[in-house]
Amino acid sequence: MTKAPHLLKGSMTYDTAMETGPDRALRHGDGSSSGNRMVEGPAGRKPRKALSRRNILIYGTLIVVCLYYLLPLYVMIVTSLKGMPEIRLGNIFAPPVEVTFQPWVKAWAEACTGLNCDGLSRGFFNSVKILIPSVILSIAIASVNGYALANWRFKGSETFFAILIVGAFIPYQVMIYPIVIMLREIGLYGSLTGLVIVHTIFGMPILTLLFRNYFASVPQELFKAARVDGAGFWAIYFQIMVPMSLPIFVVAMILQVTGIWNDFLFGVIYTKPDLYPMTVQLNNIVNSTQGVKEYNVNMAATILTGLVPLTIYFISGKLFVRGIAAGAVKG
Amino acid sequence: MSAATRPARWHRNISAKVAAIPMIITAVVVFIGGTAWTVLYSFTNSKLLPREKFVGLAQYERLWSSSKWLISIENLAIYGAFSLVFSLLIGFMLAALLDQKIRFEDTFRTILLYPFALSFIVTGLAWQWILNPDFGIQHVVRSLGWESFNFDPLYNPEIVIYGILIAGLWQGTGLIMCLMLAGLRGIDEDIWKAAKIDGIPMWKTYLFIVIPMMRGIFITAIVLIASGIIKVYDLVVAQTGGGPGISSEVPAKYVYDAMFLSQNLGQGFAASTMMLLTVIIIVVPWAYLEFGGKRK
Repeated sequence: MTKAPHLLKGSMTYDTAMETGPDRALRHGDGSSSGNRMVEGPAGRKPRKALSRRNILIYGTLIVVCLYYLLPLYVMIVTSLKGMPEIRLGNIFAPPVEVTFQPWVKAWAEACTGLNCDGLSRGFFNSVKILIPSVILSIAIASVNGYALANWRFKGSETFFAILIVGAFIPYQVMIYPIVIMLREIGLYGSLTGLVIVHTIFGMPILTLLFRNYFASVPQELFKAARVDGAGFWAIYFQIMVPMSLPIFVVAMILQVTGIWNDFLFGVIYTKPDLYPMTVQLNNIVNSTQGVKEYNVNMAATILTGLVPLTIYFISGKLFVRGIAAGAVKG
Repeated sequence: MSAATRPARWHRNISAKVAAIPMIITAVVVFIGGTAWTVLYSFTNSKLLPREKFVGLAQYERLWSSSKWLISIENLAIYGAFSLVFSLLIGFMLAALLDQKIRFEDTFRTILLYPFALSFIVTGLAWQWILNPDFGIQHVVRSLGWESFNFDPLYNPEIVIYGILIAGLWQGTGLIMCLMLAGLRGIDEDIWKAAKIDGIPMWKTYLFIVIPMMRGIFITAIVLIASGIIKVYDLVVAQTGGGPGISSEVPAKYVYDAMFLSQNLGQGFAASTMMLLTVIIIVVPWAYLEFGGKRK
């Protein structure tokens, strides 16, 4: 029993083991290591038993943990498909006896927040209106910043970058009110434009870091050759750097789309009730104290709000992991 | 690259300087300026609007005698301590399990990480429903026959913060697991071979060899968890709204309430300055250990 883990542990080929650095970790994190899954123990090859006690323990634990992680999603979906009488009588874990999509329709088009009774759809479209310009603007600015920091350093550029990174650790609460004043001064407080600016500002540290590190790894010879050919700052950026860096743009996009869509604090502070993003509106619908609680509508609304980041997550899978790894490990 | 070392006239590299203007404004005006402004105005008695009437430490005295703030701090400490320990523990153990060259690793990882894609609002509302004593776990267990079963963390002031912790851990452990997994994959296979030859049991190899080698990852994870803990706000708003009573208040919510609900800006500034101080106490020693030594 005790021998088996070591056998399996030492199973990677020598070449792979010699590679170092985050690249290797990432590739393996992406699960592309299956080609190396050769078992080479001291006694030569040894067929793996499918149902050893160790495997049962590992898979058993993982399956139980995964069920626990899936439980809230399951409960939300099941609840949202039941009618209220069934919810009052039944068990939240039981599948619906009678499937109804009425709660979804109501959550999307009829649920009330304050005076508005046009459901979550309003919040959804507000969120989209916030999301698209915020993502484009923040990535555009941060990528140019990162490019300037990686290839066109000027006096003081590293200092500003250091301030930016240190600033990422400052609690938002400290900077909330000065930003309220600044936005009020330029007449953007309470507007979607103001919120877009706020998202651009707070997305800047992590995105700039991401782009700076990526552009710094682009071979210098390429940059120098372009310089010799007379290409300037913008020409090199648009013709060489951007086309070469599409993966990092996708990673940045995933990071920003989930981050901005899931934001609550900035939405509630910098917009007005009829411009509230989806998360704020969802919270107002579910936690409103008036009226009878309709748990099925609440859960349908909750899933609807989580649907955008979940879709991004399941589609982008590996890139999502890469995004948070790049953002977290290097930061 | 070489541009930095050459003597530069101001208009050299002008495009880069122009392109960096948003970054410079953000860094200097918003980050430094905003922070300094808030700290400065925390010494005033600003109410509905900021005023330049300085009152010394009066706001801080009031802050530390406010029971709402004291409860916030206590909650943050409990939530923080448990969140840190369990995130690291669960994150590492899951990563170690996934690192056993198992099948369906991608599937397992996808499932364990998906809560991280969800917002705290969605997380909070989902767990609010599951922990609802009239319909959720308590109701289900009772209807199975255990009539005296009690599990209503969100309605019991004594344990409400643990109810929030359950949701917080569910959302955040996947990220820590991914970090740890990347760290484990970075460990040289030869280490495992050497440990195997020496006959060291697996758990000992993890505890005394692998974990010390992953120091950097652990520090990153701790900084990440800690900065997440201080920011915790949406989760509480969605799950309990600070209730029952004020038993699940947290500092970030105290700041928001003081600034935007009770028109007490001075208190909000003082509370946010205390949050900043907490971050400084955590981050500065870390930054010193990580970067201080090498640069000097």
